[in-house]
Amino acid sequence: MEREKTDKLQAVIDKYKGVKGALIPVLQEVQDLFNYLPDEALRAVGKGLKVPLSRIYGVVTFYTQFHLVPQGKNSIHVCTGTACHVKGAKKMLERIESLLGIKDGDTTEDFKFTLKSVRCVGTCFLAPVMMINEDYFGELTEKKTEEAIKQYN
Amino acid sequence: MVELTIDGKTVEVEEGTTVFQAAKSLGIKIPHLCYHKHLLPTGACRLCLVEVEGARSLVASCACPVSPGIKVMTNTDRVINARKMVIDLLLSDHPQDCLICEKNGDCKLQNYAYQLGVRSTSFKGERHVYPIDSSNPFIERDYNKCILCGRCVATCATIQRNNVVDFAGRGFETRIATYFDRPMQESNCVFCGQCVGVCPVGALTEKEAKFKGRSWEFSKVTTTCPYCGTGCRFDLNVKDNRIIKVTPSWDAPANQGRLCVKGKFGLDFVNREDRLKTPLVRRNGELQKAGWNEALDLVAKKLSGIKEKHGPDSIGGLCSAKCTNEDNYIFQKFMRAAVGTNNVDHCARLCHASTVAGLATAFGSGAMTNSIDEIAGADCILVTGSNTTENHPVIALKIKEAVNCGAKLLLFDPRSIELADWAHLHLRQRPGTDVAWLNGLMNVIIAEDLHDKDFIRERCENFEAMAETVAKYTPEYVESITGIPADKLREAARIYATAKAASIIYSMGITQHSHGTDNVLCCANLAMLTGNVGKPYSGVNPLRGQNNVQGACDMGGLPNVYPGYQKVADEAVRAKFEKAWGVKLPANPGLTLTEMINAAGDGRLKALYIMGENPMLADPDINHVKEALQSLDFLVCQDIFLTETAALANVVLPAISFAEKDGTFTNTERRVQMVRKAIPPVGESREDWQIITEVSKRMGYKMVFRVPDEMPVRSAVKTAKGYRMAYRIPDLIMAEIAKLTPSYGGISHSRLEKEGGLPWPCPNPTHPGTPYLHGDKFTRGLGLFSAIEFKEPAELPDEEYPYTLTTGRMLYHFHTGSMSRRSKGLDEIVPEGYVEINPADAADLSIEDDQFVKVSSRRGQIDVKAKVTDIPPQGVVFMPFHFAEAAANVLTNPVLDPVAKIPELKVCAVRIEK
Ligand code: SF4
Ligand code: SF4
Ligand code: SF4
Ligand code: FES
Ligand code: FES
Repeated sequence: MEREKTDKLQAVIDKYKGVKGALIPVLQEVQDLFNYLPDEALRAVGKGLKVPLSRIYGVVTFYTQFHLVPQGKNSIHVCTGTACHVKGAKKMLERIESLLGIKDGDTTEDFKFTLKSVRCVGTCFLAPVMMINEDYFGELTEKKTEEAIKQYN
Repeated sequence: MVELTIDGKTVEVEEGTTVFQAAKSLGIKIPHLCYHKHLLPTGACRLCLVEVEGARSLVASCACPVSPGIKVMTNTDRVINARKMVIDLLLSDHPQDCLICEKNGDCKLQNYAYQLGVRSTSFKGERHVYPIDSSNPFIERDYNKCILCGRCVATCATIQRNNVVDFAGRGFETRIATYFDRPMQESNCVFCGQCVGVCPVGALTEKEAKFKGRSWEFSKVTTTCPYCGTGCRFDLNVKDNRIIKVTPSWDAPANQGRLCVKGKFGLDFVNREDRLKTPLVRRNGELQKAGWNEALDLVAKKLSGIKEKHGPDSIGGLCSAKCTNEDNYIFQKFMRAAVGTNNVDHCARLCHASTVAGLATAFGSGAMTNSIDEIAGADCILVTGSNTTENHPVIALKIKEAVNCGAKLLLFDPRSIELADWAHLHLRQRPGTDVAWLNGLMNVIIAEDLHDKDFIRERCENFEAMAETVAKYTPEYVESITGIPADKLREAARIYATAKAASIIYSMGITQHSHGTDNVLCCANLAMLTGNVGKPYSGVNPLRGQNNVQGACDMGGLPNVYPGYQKVADEAVRAKFEKAWGVKLPANPGLTLTEMINAAGDGRLKALYIMGENPMLADPDINHVKEALQSLDFLVCQDIFLTETAALANVVLPAISFAEKDGTFTNTERRVQMVRKAIPPVGESREDWQIITEVSKRMGYKMVFRVPDEMPVRSAVKTAKGYRMAYRIPDLIMAEIAKLTPSYGGISHSRLEKEGGLPWPCPNPTHPGTPYLHGDKFTRGLGLFSAIEFKEPAELPDEEYPYTLTTGRMLYHFHTGSMSRRSKGLDEIVPEGYVEINPADAADLSIEDDQFVKVSSRRGQIDVKAKVTDIPPQGVVFMPFHFAEAAANVLTNPVLDPVAKIPELKVCAVRIEK
């Protein structure tokens, strides 16, 4: 970890020391700092707030807002719920994988994209569906998928 | 009291009782998965649902407190259907692997599915496929079978307090996980195995027991752990004469089902191939197999010959802190009555001789003043010279429990041990300066008028002399000696003195010094000064190392006392034993262990009989010990393995292990507990007491054991004509002990079996035992203050040897390793010795982690791996002494405490080179 970031990390921890229910806000701030939650940072949080590491891990894995691996600038969520599945979600996923050269769950080397398959996003009438950041893209074809992604490049 | 009805039966229970417990008191069994009597109810599984008249929905009985007048039904159709649904749902994501599951027959899910008639699930859906983790040597984790009851999580968090696992993920992804889903060996798991013990299904199992037997094939024998002095009880699970696994005995008084890795997973040494199976006799310089008669005849002939030629005092004996009270009693009786010498001692000399000497002087009795359980109730706990979490792990749980309830922990230890994380104050004294800071605490307490004047006046003597001495130990002066900041010392003194109940816990960090007795006397002074002794929770509590070191001392395995610390020099006492044993007894106290080794070296001692001890690793300055043992005319070793010491013997006699024995161990809290035979003797090995009586008989002293009136006949013995009821000899030996030893007067095997263990003093058959000592008055009458001046350790670092070496134990091994290093799992997890070095020192010496270094002292040199860590302070290095190939005791200083004759194992000067 770079010096500057470790200092900031310590400042976050110190700010919340002894405060009840501080874990989630601390984790949020730490994630803002690093863009994900690195192992060493979590250990420092555990030590500083006296929270067991297993508990921290439990919280981090419970909330989808937290990430344990570095995240790309844009997150692509491809729906693989039942409706989308039937309409060929798998193909779309594979297409994106080959386009970005990464696997489901990974982040591109230039940290532009993180790809993740998810369950039903609630817009089955548009199946197959993906989301890029907050935007929905429905009735996807391979071509549409490619074009959508290019907009964020 | 609250009255309610359950299934039409009326019951009265205390307020706060749960419906589940109330039902249980009526003998009504409610199915349950997440509830466990040692854990707080969580209401997670919903299997324990019951119907309460008038309530809209079913309630979880395990988490529902009773209220007056309610009518509970545990058995209605609605309840049964709800339970069926719970099981049905669980089975929907459960591999029905019962055919080859380790838990088959002992699985709660299987049992309830059977009871409720749920054959398989009616749900179709996704199932988890988790990889099975068998990467550590002890525990196999198969989370495909996990039902998310949370018992393991709660156990690890609220009993073991390690928080290794927790719930992770959400929804379908919910699982039990370590931090980052890593293997357990990469977490802070200490492999106590208690999570395995509470898991209701086959998700957590003992790896080494896999495919070795099903629950109904095991015979279970409740017995006592052979490792440390905590005295944990557990159930040996035996099949085909082998110990397959260890399961908790939840009602055990000292440990309530808790264990450490050694007791839970470290007992496979019992069935090791290299157990001694026949006697060995040295012929042409080589140890060769021999028959029992030949070996016993030879031992008797040699000892008799030496006795005749050089007198009885040319023979010495070491009894054993590992053997039972019965074995030790017989051993010292043999030395005193058959050989005719008081030269009998054992390794207590090396660990707590200074405790026995110091506390006997101050209080009149050299043992823990309180029970283990009372530790949890203290408001202030001063721990010094005890790395409790590693050396007495189950006792450490009580310390953590106390801290959790608000007690203040004061830790005085040079090293940053785990307890430092729990301590209110961690004060790091320079090794060997304990008298100074202890006097400093008393200086502050007196200066600030915090001492208990009534207690001092009514119950103690010699206060003025002590007060005069400590007057000069001001916190500033103490800081200059110990390095402990003066204001911190003041703070510690105030906390200790103002606590309602303060307990001092110490161990070898206090005793193993050339001034060990002084250290102990200072601890006693401090407790008396504040009236912190003679009442529940507060006292002076030396933690004894070996499983039966307390008992071996109690049984008179010491050169100056008979059983029960009755002095050999006291004529009336001697007369009593002469009458009981029918022989004239020697009047002069014998040699101590350390003196015997020296006497062997210079030819005064000709023969040594060693039962279950390994001085070749345990004693200081091993090179000297080896020379001494080799210059003996005759060395007999009686052991379960060919130890480093036995390898030097003229005759080796194979003894049985704890798992093959009946008898008793006395744990560190003075609790006498049963040891029970679980398997037959391995090979031709025999009971220790039996071997000794055979030698004794051949030397012309026959030991006979009388059956006391009213003793029940208690054992079925197989004879040619079938079974015959007979007395077990160890029961009779205990009867003889009780007759001659006032503090054991009321102890008998039949009582122990019924009552589960009794802490001495227990003077008569109806006495319930004594959890804390010195209640109305001290054993010696008045408590005696001693005026003690600080003395430096005998060897200080200098230019040539600039580092201070301190030695000790670590969690995964025990003593000289003759048992733990023969355990597959323990050896796998920690296969070799190491020396801990502070990063700053390592940088000075340009030493890296894991690199081999040479550690040398004025006495010897060893090669060992460096472990660079900030546990020891700068200038201090630490080594565990369990490892023969890197034996710390090659280096240690054999200089002795003048009173207790304990060597200074905790401080010597060393040099470290690449
Ligand atoms: S073995 Fe003990 S320390 Fe390890 S996870 Fe289980 S309960 Fe916790
Ligand atoms: S591993 Fe066992 S104890 Fe832990 S939650 Fe799963 S079933 Fe319960
Ligand atoms: S070694 Fe000590 S703490 Fe561990 S199980 Fe045995 S008696 Fe208990
Ligand atoms: S299944 Fe894809 S949006 Fe519902
Ligand atoms: S046993 Fe009561 S909810 Fe699990």
